[in-house]
This record gives sequence, C-alpha cells and structure tokens, in this order.
Amino acid sequence: MSAAASGPETAPDQVARLLALVPYLLARGEVRLDEAAAHFGVSPAQLDKDLRLLFLTGLSPGLPGDLIEVDIDALEGEGVIRVDNADYLARPVRFAPAEATALIVALRTMLDGAEGEARGVLERTLAKLEEVAGADPETLLSLHVDEPVVPGDDLVPLLEGAIARGHQVRLDYHVPTRDERSQRVVDPRGVTRVENVHYLDAWCHTADGDRVFRLDRILSAEELDTPVEDPSRRPRDLTQGWFSDEQVAVVTLRLEPPAFWVSEYYPVLERREGPDGTLEVALEVASDDWLTRLLLRVAPHATVVEPEGRTTAFVAQARNALRLYGTDG
Amino acid sequence: MVSRAERLMNLHILLLGARRFLDKEAIRRACYPDHPDTPAGDEAFERAFERDKDSLRQIGAFIEVGTTDAYFDDEVGYRIPTEQTSLPEIRLEADEAAVLGLAAQVWQDATLSRATSRAVAKLRAQGIEVDAQRLEVMPPSIASTEPAFEPLWDAVQKRRVVTFDYHRGAAAVASRRRIRPWGLVRTSGRWYVVGHDVDRDAPRVFRLSRIAGRVRASGKSGAYDVPAGTDVRAIVRAFDPEAARVRAELLVRRGAGLTLRRRAESDRPAPADVAPGGDPGPWDEVVLEGGVEQLAGEVLSHGPDVVVVGPEVLRSVVVDRLRAVVETQGASR
Repeated sequence: MSAAASGPETAPDQVARLLALVPYLLARGEVRLDEAAAHFGVSPAQLDKDLRLLFLTGLSPGLPGDLIEVDIDALEGEGVIRVDNADYLARPVRFAPAEATALIVALRTMLDGAEGEARGVLERTLAKLEEVAGADPETLLSLHVDEPVVPGDDLVPLLEGAIARGHQVRLDYHVPTRDERSQRVVDPRGVTRVENVHYLDAWCHTADGDRVFRLDRILSAEELDTPVEDPSRRPRDLTQGWFSDEQVAVVTLRLEPPAFWVSEYYPVLERREGPDGTLEVALEVASDDWLTRLLLRVAPHATVVEPEGRTTAFVAQARNALRLYGTDG
Repeated sequence: MVSRAERLMNLHILLLGARRFLDKEAIRRACYPDHPDTPAGDEAFERAFERDKDSLRQIGAFIEVGTTDAYFDDEVGYRIPTEQTSLPEIRLEADEAAVLGLAAQVWQDATLSRATSRAVAKLRAQGIEVDAQRLEVMPPSIASTEPAFEPLWDAVQKRRVVTFDYHRGAAAVASRRRIRPWGLVRTSGRWYVVGHDVDRDAPRVFRLSRIAGRVRASGKSGAYDVPAGTDVRAIVRAFDPEAARVRAELLVRRGAGLTLRRRAESDRPAPADVAPGGDPGPWDEVVLEGGVEQLAGEVLSHGPDVVVVGPEVLRSVVVDRLRAVVETQGASR
C-alpha cells in the first residue's frame, strides 16, 4: 500500500466502514474481533473503537432501548463481537459514484495489461461490477486511463518464483549508459517497485557484487536449477535511491515546466524555486552518460546549474544529432 | 459533545427507511443537540447539515428530497429510501474476489485508493473473501503526483466550477482559466482535465502538469451537467497533438537503441546508401508506435544514434528541440 493512502482517517471514512461492518456482523451472528479486523484490513484496536462508536448510535440517539446493541462484555472478555438491534443496517450501502469509478477504472486498467487466464477473470469481474454499479451512465464519473504497458512487468512472476524457490536466474540485460547487452547469472533477492518501475535486487556473479536491475531493461530472464549461494540474504531497501553502491556526484539542474516530471521521477536531494518559474533540483548522478541522456531526453528544458562543465558532452551530442538532419542549426 | 462520525451514523439511520420526508427541524432535534437555538446556532446547524448530506452522498447514500406536507410544498424534507441506497447482491467466484484485492493497489494517490478500498469493503460486507494472494497478476501502479489532481477530481464529483493559472505551451506566461470540469484522462503517462472553458465558452483540454499554483473550486455543488454523450478521451486526443499516437519511422545506429527496438513493429537493416547528414552508419530501419512527446523524448535521449525519418510532426519536434539546445547553450562551449 502506498504511503499516500495511509493519511489520517476522516469521519466519513469511519462511517463508511461501520456501514459495511454491520451487515457482515449481522450475517455472521458472532465473529472474533481479530477475524473481523483482518477481513476489513484494519487493526483490532481500530475495530474496537468502531464498535464503541456504533454502541452510541441508533434510531433515537440519546434514548436507551433504540440504540444498536454491542455486547461489550463479550468483546472485552472473549474478544467476540455480537451486535443486535441493527436490522435496518443489514444491507451495505451501494457504491458512491467516485467509489464505483475508482474500482472499475482500476480493474479496466489491469485488464489492458493482462493476458491469458487473468484476462478472463478480470473480464468476468468487471461485467458483474458494472452491472451492480448501475446501468445509469451517470453513476460512473469521467475518468479514463490509458496506461502504457511497461516492458518487463511480465517478468515479475518469474522472478518472484525464482526468489521463493531460492534459484539463480540468468539475465540478458541491457546497459543503457553503454547501450549494450550483457549476459549475467544472478542470485535474486527481491523485486521492488519505485515509482512506476520495477527493480530486481540481486547478487551478480558476473560483476561479483550487489547490483540492481531495472526490469524494463531485462531483455529475457530464465530461472536456473542451481540454488543461490546465500539464501539468507535479504533484499536491500531500494526506495532510498539505487545509486548507493556507486560513485555519485551531486548535480543541480534548473528545470522548466515541461521537465518538472524529473523531480518526481528521480529521488531528489533538494528542491527549490528557480528564476522565471523554473524549479531547481539536486540529484545524485552516478555517471556522465546517464546525465547526458537525461538532459537530451528533456532538451532544451533542463540546464546544469552546478557543477560547471557538465554540459559539454550534452551540447556536443545535440549538435551531432542535429547534423544528421542535414542542418547545423 | 457528539463526534462527527457518531452524528453522521445517526443521521444516516434516522433518514434510512423513513416512511415520510423528515423536515430540518425534526432532523435537528434528533441528531444535532449541540447546536443551540440562537441565530449563530442556526447558522452552524445549516452548515453542518449541508456538509453531512454531502458526506453521506459521498459514501453512497441516496438522499431523496421532497415536501413534508401534502398541501403546502414549501416545507422541504429528506429521507434515504432503503432500496435505492442498498448495494444489490453480487456473487463473485474466488478468483474474481482475488482481483479486487489488487485493484486498490493500482492507485498510488490517497483519494482514489481510499475510494477503491471503500468499494471493496462494501463487497466484503456481503461476506466476499478478498485474497489477493491467489492470483498472479501484476497490477499497474498509477500515480497522480500533480497537486491539481485532488481538487479537480473533487470538483468533477461535485460538479463545481474551478479556477486555475495555466501555462499554455512550454514557456508562455500563465493565464487564468475558469472551467466546468467534465472528467480526467490519463494517457502517455500524463493527466489531463477536460471541461467547458467558461470564458471561451467552448470545450478545452488542460494538462495537469502545466497548472501553476492552486486549483480553486467556487460556487455550489451540482452547478452544471456534463453534456450527454461527452467522450472526454476523444476530446483529449483531438485537442492535444502531443497525446496523439503516431507510427514513427526511425533510423537507429546498428547495435544501439535497444529500448526502442524492444517495442518495435519492425526492425531491419537500412539500404547501404542511407547516410543521414552524410553519416554512413550502418543504420537499421525501426518502426514503432507511441505518443509524439514520449517518442520525442526517447529519440532525443539517444543523441546521434537515432534519426527520425517521419512523420513530420515528430521530426519537427525533435529538430526544434535540438536546435534550441545548440542555440541557447552552444555558445558557452
């Protein structure tokens, strides 16, 4: 789950959960607190709070007798939930437009990248949910996502499988800074997603060191029968930047609006507003080739503020590229 | 003091299945004991009640508005009809339920991921066991890091007019725009908002990354209707040439450009006499599809190893951008 989604809960969020919880509890009759908490993906402590709120509500708030009954003794004693006098809440509330939209568009986006059996499952699920969401087109809000399929994502099941079985993997890997391919045998440790890209953390036998591989640059992967050398090695935390093992230099770039995405795509050490609506960001740069490629990709919307002299190769490359179009600028 | 969650629950229960419309006074007596009978208390109650109705609607309740009196239709009342507010029963196979567990992982931003989780909780309320472990599917991961996303999505839901400053083109000065947002579209990794531009009185498309500063919503909820048959995705394609998809014909230096070749429809050696700008290569002819802007960035990142043959829209973007580098930064050589 993303960090962004774990912000403080609002009162409507809690009420939405309570209105889902009651039908579940009524249908089951008696449920263990920890079981119900797991079912709804909240902590038992949170669910306990929910139940103590539920206890205060009912048809005539403030008057005993018409309130929802929660067996507090059973809750505190045996950790068991019993709810009564809440029959009018026996059915969950229908999807709100935003909820139906978010769920259905998420599934449609998954469908775009799915193949084979998974595709069939997604199609069946979508058909059922779209029916429940209502035939009324107004029920769904306008939200469309055409997400390009990221090459390499299809390798995740293979790599996860090899990790689970403790097997080595042979990779055909593309090294972008040198634009060449190389064959390697690695001990895979973990697959992590940072932003939109998957990374494989592994011990590389060819390089004899820890290496991180971008999945979209793995041209092919094959699980071997040979076991990894040290199955106890845990994956490293890649979210803190994946250049940590290499020589890095800090470079400050000035970005114009079309290149602002750079500050979101790569981990930046520092960001501040620059002149004329620009953004200045400090990045860790592991190689000159990488920096040149980045500057070319966003050209002409990024310039190097410091250190000086880091743009020579970039401008020379741009000039050489321009010559190929039969023009010198 | 009654907590807001407690008040919302009581309001929902009070209105749910009510046989007749309940007027504001009855609702206030039952659910708003903390608001005294003073002008200030009246005003606070009105505000709280409006906000609470909005919140209940946001979690799916259907609030019906009608008149409480058969003879005088000036007294407005409210109720929540059980049938229209309840989720129809849905039966899911185990593998279908497993898919639901992955759906919430698609959204990386809080608003959409919470909305998805709430929808899934309603299905769990029917006893559906959601277990994402059973299926080997890789959900895509969609971020909406632009700060404009949340206020725009909120305005789309509530049908409220929004105002923001917008950079048209790359370097232009931002101008103030006022729109009725119809929907949000993501394509080629970018978010767009589509809506009716109030000042220009015509549909327009805006890229979220070019919105400067805050997005402000103003006026009442439900201020407009989206015209029937509006296809926001088609509008984005028609308006933003950079979102258009093209088939690019490229020359790629032999041995280079592996990332482009992986997605290529075709990749074959170019005739020996092909020599762009007098460079004999050797070159390969590579054809692939993509958004103009995305392809331009990729082509540019390969420097003198990739040349655009066509279409002209892509070729001119690449040439213009290279020329801009040489002109603005070439002097400091």
